[in-house]
Amino acid sequence: MTAAETALLLARIQFGFTVSFHFIFPSFSIGLASYLMVLEGLWLRTGKPVYLDLFRFWVKIFAVAFAMGVVSGIVMSYQFGTNWSVFSDKAGPVIGPLMAYEVLTAFFLEAGFLGVMLFGMKRVGKKLHFAATCMVALGTFISAFWILSVNSWMQTPTGFAMNAQGQFVVAGSWAAVIFNPSFPYRLVHTVIAAYLTTSLVVGACGAWHLLRDAAGRRGKAAPSDEPGGSPAAAASPGATPSLQAARKMFSMAMWMAALIAPIQILAGDQQGLNTLEHQPAKVLAMEGDFDPSPNGAPLVLFGLPSNADGKVHYKVEIPYAGSLILKHDPHAPLQGLKDFPRDQWAPVAVVFWSFRVMVGLGLAMLGLGLWSLVARLRRRLYDWTWLHRAALVMGPAGFVAVIAGWITTEVGRQPWTIYGLLRTAQSASPLATPAVATSLAAFVIVYFAVFGIGVWYILKLMQKGPEAHEPELSDAPIRTAGITPAAQKGGES
Amino acid sequence: MTVDPTLAYIWAFVIAFAVFMYVVMDGFDLGIGILFPAFGVGEERDQAMNAIAPVWDGNETWLVLGGGGLMAAFPLAFAILMPAMYPPIIAMLLGLVFRGVAFEFRWRDPRHRAFWDLAFTVGSVTAALAQGIVLGALLQGVQVTGRAYGGGWLDWLSPFSLLTGVGTVAAYALLGSCWLIFKTEGGTQAHAYRLAKIAGVAAAIAVIAVSAATPFLEHRYYQRWFTFPNVLVAAQVPLVVAVLSLAFWWALLRKKELMPFLLTLALYLLCFIGLGISMFPDIVPGSVSIVQAASPAISQTFMLIGIAIMVPLILTYTAWSYWVFRGKVGDSAGYH
Repeated sequence: MTAAETALLLARIQFGFTVSFHFIFPSFSIGLASYLMVLEGLWLRTGKPVYLDLFRFWVKIFAVAFAMGVVSGIVMSYQFGTNWSVFSDKAGPVIGPLMAYEVLTAFFLEAGFLGVMLFGMKRVGKKLHFAATCMVALGTFISAFWILSVNSWMQTPTGFAMNAQGQFVVAGSWAAVIFNPSFPYRLVHTVIAAYLTTSLVVGACGAWHLLRDAAGRRGKAAPSDEPGGSPAAAASPGATPSLQAARKMFSMAMWMAALIAPIQILAGDQQGLNTLEHQPAKVLAMEGDFDPSPNGAPLVLFGLPSNADGKVHYKVEIPYAGSLILKHDPHAPLQGLKDFPRDQWAPVAVVFWSFRVMVGLGLAMLGLGLWSLVARLRRRLYDWTWLHRAALVMGPAGFVAVIAGWITTEVGRQPWTIYGLLRTAQSASPLATPAVATSLAAFVIVYFAVFGIGVWYILKLMQKGPEAHEPELSDAPIRTAGITPAAQKGGES
Repeated sequence: MTVDPTLAYIWAFVIAFAVFMYVVMDGFDLGIGILFPAFGVGEERDQAMNAIAPVWDGNETWLVLGGGGLMAAFPLAFAILMPAMYPPIIAMLLGLVFRGVAFEFRWRDPRHRAFWDLAFTVGSVTAALAQGIVLGALLQGVQVTGRAYGGGWLDWLSPFSLLTGVGTVAAYALLGSCWLIFKTEGGTQAHAYRLAKIAGVAAAIAVIAVSAATPFLEHRYYQRWFTFPNVLVAAQVPLVVAVLSLAFWWALLRKKELMPFLLTLALYLLCFIGLGISMFPDIVPGSVSIVQAASPAISQTFMLIGIAIMVPLILTYTAWSYWVFRGKVGDSAGYH
């Protein structure tokens, strides 16, 4: 490998590493912000303390996750310039404004109202506080809108022309750039993924506390060193506010999973069809179809794809099912990767397997959602131990599926940064290898250490569980001049 | 598809505005981080943290607008400067990671609070130092080949850039101590007054050193500042700086609470204008002008609409958020 190739490889690893880490946090905070909005809204509407307990419990977790999303996100916006300067120069006039709009319409909105959401309940009153929560939730969604528009444009570029300096410039309408062909599908698929991810985390947290409560009531040792089933819970099951909160969050999460897991599968199917239309080589890599299938393509379930050999080794396949899924007709012809030049193939094994991980987890989520419906019908939602165990195991599944899906679409775009137009190899900054090697090592060490600890703190918060009259994140970090803390406390609730 | 010079200059102003907003707003957050070890464990540190906890995220967002805006409005400058400043930019980003998570983590884990307080300081100092180094490296110029950075990966490192780096740390510390004077009372405030004096002297020395060195860094800076008739206009800047510095010292001695912070902001603005005088009309000093780096008018117009609508809104709700958290910070440890 030449020095330039090494530097390019390191830069790609660095981008993939930092974006994968970053993506974990927004895929949780987008859903969680909306969940908090729903909880606070329900509290305002019904006045039931369980919603406020849940709000105050989850808002602390949100604060930790959001902080990690912010700091890892700033890294991303600067990395376009530090490591992909040629790409930035060429694509800046088109995607730069979309990212600037993300800052103007989303980041400021989130940040501006986050302080009030976290610390301001007593200072602004319930209604304004709810408005602040809504603004934060709206901000997370707007952020997803713009950044997915940028990503989609890189996948399916439209509405551009080239200028004399070799830059992509907007040909006429910004709508043609923003609403490029893959954008609506990607937006729906990704936002639902964020909601699913959050509901699985919330569900797992609820399930954990239901399991612990059940263990406590059976008189066994709680599954942790903390006192699990409290005497109160044992004496009057179902009556303690913390158990009520655990049941409520589990129920809400399972409703969400049952409702949106099937929608997500439909949305994924639609995005697949869209990708087949605009990026056929990516779909062929996902499917492992090296050879053209003029009479209908099989569905390769498993196997070991090899770019070098141009085939899938040890494959298990279902005849005609591939065409049935992709074309909705078992005998429809399908291209093969061999219809495309070899230097335009993505690394098939990575895309093939990450796609299967995503789909497999998606089906498991559907299964969990259906199981919860059955449990509801049989009135066993809160005492079906195996359902709770399954929900607990599925807790991290959303994150894995999101990252797997991201790898599928991003690695599947290779060897291009702007599909069909600008190669990854021609996008990177002219950097010395030692510089990139050092930064990559620093990112790996810092991210694993810092975000690992952050995730640990989140797990500790979840383990503690919601309490009755959950204390606010901050009772009175800053005292208003002239109003004593006691007076503020009196004015609350 | 063509570049409009008027739009390009408007955008240069917008970027300068975003960077200025970032520098003064995150400046006081970072300054408090820089001064953190000087505060007593417990009440003083908790007060210092609570003085910025509700607003730091919004303050930091201006950095993203500055970077994102540069990429969108001047992609060529972004593409040249970021690789040229690679090590300090990466160091800044990693510093901001530690600084940002420390806000939350120190409350989540009381047993390791000392560690996260240290991370808060190290992150803040790293970010401030790196930003100052980037400023110095920008002023000393970068080597450009074609449409890309053409120098080595340590070109940014020089006595001058280290000087601007240290100067920025001192200047942020000054801003942070003035914010604390405004937001705290009692013992913490008295401490902040003492720190403001030390940071003020350090920052003044740094500003004088940087100002004295800059005209001799590049001949064009010398011409800009000392040739007739430029000197008539340019000389006003250091004169006003001198007057405001004296006023600042007087405000500290008279125990004014808000005045030191406002005067520091004014001094920052003057230094910023001084930088503008040195750099204009280049965006990469000595190599690329504002107009040469500008993206097409269609891109700049589209974004300018967003700026015109959104920035007043942003300033309004940001001001509201500051208003909500107005007054002195209490001494109760915030989180539970």
